[in-house]
Order: sequence, then structure tokens, then C-alpha cells
Amino acid sequence: MPTILVEVMPKPEILDPQGKAIANALPHLGFTGFSGVRQGKRFELTVEGEVTEEILDSARTAAAEMLSNPVIEDVVSVTVAEDL
Amino acid sequence: MSTETPLIGDISATPAQPLDGARIGVVTFPGTLDDRDAARAVRLGGGTPVPLWHDERSLRGVDAVILPGGFSYGDYLRAGAIARFAPVMDTIVRAAGAGSSGPGAASSSALPVLGICNGFQILTEAHLLPGSMIKNDHLKFICTDQVLRVENTSTAWTSQFTDDELITVPMKNQDGQYVADSATLQTLEDEGRVVFRYVGESPNGSRNNIAGISNERGNVVGLMPHPEHAVEAGYGPDDATGLREGTDGLTVFTSVISSLAGGAA
Repeated sequence: MPTILVEVMPKPEILDPQGKAIANALPHLGFTGFSGVRQGKRFELTVEGEVTEEILDSARTAAAEMLSNPVIEDVVSVTVAEDL
Repeated sequence: MSTETPLIGDISATPAQPLDGARIGVVTFPGTLDDRDAARAVRLGGGTPVPLWHDERSLRGVDAVILPGGFSYGDYLRAGAIARFAPVMDTIVRAAGAGSSGPGAASSSALPVLGICNGFQILTEAHLLPGSMIKNDHLKFICTDQVLRVENTSTAWTSQFTDDELITVPMKNQDGQYVADSATLQTLEDEGRVVFRYVGESPNGSRNNIAGISNERGNVVGLMPHPEHAVEAGYGPDDATGLREGTDGLTVFTSVISSLAGGAA
């Protein structure tokens, strides 16, 4: 069943407290090669049948108006994945 | 639920100014925690609390609305993000923006709305107030008595405070860091719409130490701290007169009730 993937990330200028906490914790497990972490969200929107341009458009609108808050987040991508 | 009987204390004694007809709606969403405290605060302020349900469009003819604190819809997606789409919010958004918009518009027709904590988050998600809240910069849940400065006493909810009055009310949240872009912050500052500001060290990293703001007309106010938890001596924050004697939050509720009475006169 086709799925539309929506990825949302905190805006670059907004400090991401969760990502910062993860970055600080990584070295405790020996992962020392990473200088920063930012944490975002991925949504999987399942579609019955074919993903039409219209459905994709409505996913883009949902991403912009509900799945993200434009004050603090950016929609990074809205893509179609055929088989998950 | 929603019984009129107090849980604690004697509230039958002295509403400061019994003003007939001030009916203040208190909305309950799934996951709301502080609706009953807000209703008590309304009663102690001299008004009549009216329970409102998230799934009903009707505001039951109330004169003002409070969106109380808690974790509506478990803070899923983002704090306040799902509550924004509740049927009752459609009506509230319309009524809060009633009449012409923009500064200088007549304020009498617009519904006074107060968002406390999660209610503030809901108001930003509903675009009734600008900006947003993210996790506290120190990542901890905080629960403390917080000193605030009241910097705008012209809103429906702060009219009985004195300019720059310092008040102490409880604050308890994890997503309390107020953020907005610099243009929005500048507008809020220039227009005097920072209603409450944290005093002393920032408790959560909020931009400009902002604890609460209003919309252009001043009928919609949101703040992270909880005035409804500082309304009854014996159960509030500590103050100069003794342990748990603080009732600074009560003025928020007497303000709106007196604003409504003034508007009706």
C-alpha cells in the first residue's frame, strides 16, 4: 500500500533541546564521532489505492498546516514510498 | 463531575465583588487537568463558572472563556496542536476575533479568552496568539512558585493589577520556553503586548523572559504560569504574610469579571 512520507525538523535557528540532550549523551556510550544532533519527526500517511497528484497536494497542505508548526518547524520533504 | 461543591476550603464566604451575570466558561479537553481549579478561581473571583466541553460547539452564552492547563490529547503531535481542532475551538476562535480586527477596533464585541499553560499552547496553535512553546532549555519539568511582573494592565484579564505589579504564582510545565521570530518579538514589545514577564533568572529560556502575551485588542491573553493556583489563602504560594497565603492570581479573575461588568454598564 503506498505511503506518503512527511519529514519535519525544528527550524535551524531554533535551539533543539532534545537534540542537544541526545548529543550530550552519545559520548557516554562511546559514540564520540558526532558533534551535534537534531531531532525531527517522520509521519507515514497511508493511502488506499493510487497516490494521485491531488492526494499528494493535500498531504503537502496537511504537512504545512497541521503536521508542522511553521513558527518552530520546517517541512523538509513530502515524498511517496511504494513499499515500506 | 462539575459539581458546585468545593473540594477544599470555604468558598461560600466572600466573593470579593458579587457581580451578577458574569458567566465564565471553562473548557475541558481530554487530558485537561486544571479545569476545576480554574472554575474555583472564577467562583472565588465573584463569577459563575460554566463547564464547556471540547466536543460541543456551543459556548452556552458565556461572557468569557478560560482554556485551562493540563495535557490535552497527551501533548501528542505538539502541545495544544490537536486541541486546536476541537469543535469548541472553532466557536472560540470566531468569538475571540469577533468584530473588526486590528488595533483600535472596538473591543466590546470580542470574547475575552484566557489560556493558561496548555491553554496558552492551544491559543498559539490556534493562531489567536503569535509564537510557540518548545521544551524548557534545561529539559526538566519545573514546578515552582514564580515571580512575574504585570507589564500590561489594559487587557480584559489584567485591568485590576497596578502597572509593573510583581506577583507570585505557581508554574509547572515541561514545554514552557516561549519562542517567536525577532520581528514578532519586536512587535510584541513595541505594542506593549508582553503582559507577564518572568522576574529574575529565566526559568525556561523563554525569549525576552516572556511569560504571557496578548493579542492586539487585549481580549485574548495567554500565560504559562498558573494564576488559578494562587487564589485562596492557605493553598497558594508562600508570601510575606505566611506559608501558602499568596492569592496574587485572583486578580486575573476579578479583572475579567469587572471588565465584563464595566462593558455591560
